[in-house]
Amino acid sequence: MGVNHVKCECGHINPEGTVLCEACGKPIEKNQHIDGNEGKKLLNMRYDGASRRSQTYNQSIVDKIWNFFSSVRNGVILIVIALLASGIGTIFPQEMYIPEEAADRNPAVFYEDWYGIFGKIYYQLGLHNLYSSWWYMLLIALIGVSLVICSIDRFVPLRRALKMQKPKRHYTFLSRQRLFSNSGDVSEEDKKKVVERLKKKRYKITDENGYILAEKNRFSRWGPYVNHIGLIIVLLAALVRMSPIMFLDDYVWVREGEEKVIPSTDGEYFIENKKFTLETYDAEDEENEKFKDAIEEQGMIEKNYQTDAVIYKAKDKEVVGEEEELEKVKEGSLQMNKPMKFGGYTLYQSGYQENEFSDMTFGIYETDDEDGDSLGEVTIDTLEPDTTYETDSGFEVEVVQYYPEYEMKDGEPRSVSKFPRNPAFVLEVTPPDSDEEELSFVGIGKNIDATGENDYKMKIKDYNQRFVSGITVRKDYTIPFFIIGAAIFLIGVMQGMYWYHRRIWINPDKKGMLLAAHTNKNWFGIKKDIEYAIEGTSFEMVTDQEEEKEMEDDNREV
Amino acid sequence: MRVDEAKHKKRNKKKKRYIFRFSILVVLVGAITYALIQNYNKDKDIHEEGDQAPNFELTQVSENHDDAGEPLRLSDLEGKGVMLNFWATYCEPCEREMPYMEDLYPEYEDDIEIVAVSLDTSELVINRFINKYDLTFPVVHDTNSEVMDLYNISPLPSTIFIDADGKIVDKVNGELSLDTLEEHFKEIQPK
Repeated sequence: MGVNHVKCECGHINPEGTVLCEACGKPIEKNQHIDGNEGKKLLNMRYDGASRRSQTYNQSIVDKIWNFFSSVRNGVILIVIALLASGIGTIFPQEMYIPEEAADRNPAVFYEDWYGIFGKIYYQLGLHNLYSSWWYMLLIALIGVSLVICSIDRFVPLRRALKMQKPKRHYTFLSRQRLFSNSGDVSEEDKKKVVERLKKKRYKITDENGYILAEKNRFSRWGPYVNHIGLIIVLLAALVRMSPIMFLDDYVWVREGEEKVIPSTDGEYFIENKKFTLETYDAEDEENEKFKDAIEEQGMIEKNYQTDAVIYKAKDKEVVGEEEELEKVKEGSLQMNKPMKFGGYTLYQSGYQENEFSDMTFGIYETDDEDGDSLGEVTIDTLEPDTTYETDSGFEVEVVQYYPEYEMKDGEPRSVSKFPRNPAFVLEVTPPDSDEEELSFVGIGKNIDATGENDYKMKIKDYNQRFVSGITVRKDYTIPFFIIGAAIFLIGVMQGMYWYHRRIWINPDKKGMLLAAHTNKNWFGIKKDIEYAIEGTSFEMVTDQEEEKEMEDDNREV
Repeated sequence: MRVDEAKHKKRNKKKKRYIFRFSILVVLVGAITYALIQNYNKDKDIHEEGDQAPNFELTQVSENHDDAGEPLRLSDLEGKGVMLNFWATYCEPCEREMPYMEDLYPEYEDDIEIVAVSLDTSELVINRFINKYDLTFPVVHDTNSEVMDLYNISPLPSTIFIDADGKIVDKVNGELSLDTLEEHFKEIQPK
């Protein structure tokens, strides 16, 4: 027998740290402090008084680390720290949520600008990126570790204790259960009757030399551990989600008629936006009669956002950028909540812009006769304008300069982006049979005659606008893991919440026929079971020693 | 004899427990390390200093260049230092640094190639820009933002300096001055 073992008076050898003898349940004197049983009438039945190794051994560094994480107290401390840290992260906006209207969105400037000295400190401590900081992630990971080790460290001894339990229990153990009675002399007949009735109530009976243990729904005790396994799977899913193989999320803007590489696909896939459709509810439609007022009040209610798209795959990709041969993979439409799937990727319709021009048609007029008939027309594509255009009537129009998004800056026209949101052109017009070129500057609502002596005037006759469709690109193989984890979690919750582990001991002791019972929940239910079992026998109904104690306490207060 | 046996048994048990705990801790530490590394990498660009510059091929648009319309492949420039400049006509700081590049180009042309990758949409504006500044180095057109995506470029201008072996020596996000540009040229100039 090892030095660290404790022998009970029943003869069973318990591991060090055992609170209640594994066999007979007698409290082991020197370990009562562990579960706080000293001076109490009732025994703490946590883990059935089994020895949690972590609370006893303290040797190698591995054991020390293990013991740290196996402590529920330490786990709770970690959770509280994470809670406080998460709260601190909400004091000022995180970097990605710096408001659009901020004068300077550079975090080094923004925080001090808006929040003064505290903002500066906040930024310097790196709290503007708290949730992706290494220490915050480490904190969450440590909670996960604590969860794993706490579970293992309690599951193993509890299983051992429940497997080893004997029907014969020590008097102290039984009398210090919450439900207990001593019925004195009871006939063998009555005992049998009770056992039969318990069997009917689907209790499992273990009979050892007349000592009875009736037990039911032990599996309910594993609920919390099943629950933890679910949580651990969810944590693991969150972990693999960080890998681009398992999860990626990107966004792309595609104009109507444009073909573009789909980001995050390593240049493998391309998307062409054939057409974008925006439909709204029509108030005049009979079908929408009921909603007429609402539609009129709102002005416009969107009904459908849709991109008709073609997906291509680069066939032979040797070098990025090279004129690839593209192979059509899929053609179809993306609608809100109706994504398009291909090659492991999913495309979601997520936004649109209606602020770009696709082409503009200019008419040429005589300056003296602006409202007369046009002498010729040119249509300029805003994505890829040609250098020169010729009208049927023989005018030659050269595009000298093109500003897709025109703005005046320091007295000079320039473009602020490549998007044709406000196109403006410098056009050189050469009339037929003439060498006299004339410059005009034309844009939306602008028409400037460079010299003031032009014979011809360019005017916008027509234009077409184009939608830009915003598409979310996502690949996510982790969802099934989250679902499995969450399902296991809920199974664990059910297991622990809707079934109760009930045990009833019937021990013929020299002091009389003892009956004690324990359950982890629903004491009322187990009392009903006992009432039913002992009805018409000479067994005495158990007393609820907890209620009794409470009443005594109440009396004392009065 | 029995005492020895018991002691032996106990030692065995302890050893088993040690191995069990040790392996669980190793797995957990491994998982955390993986998570932290993934998180760290997320904030970084894909291609870093010291890495091989990924190859690409784009069509040249430079009107002043003989090779207009010809494809330009990065790997063909091996043996020369390469300044890979991502720019656009509408970007003011790009416009400010372009003349510096043109100033230094004739001097370094034999050792260093400048490749200006334009992210504009229309070729017309690029050509007008080239004419305005009389650019003589090759300008290529990244029509569907592929190379930009490849190099994970976000702000403009962004410049990548590549040495004669095709290794990325430096990445500069933002505008270059004439002095810093020349310093970088000296770095990638083949010895």
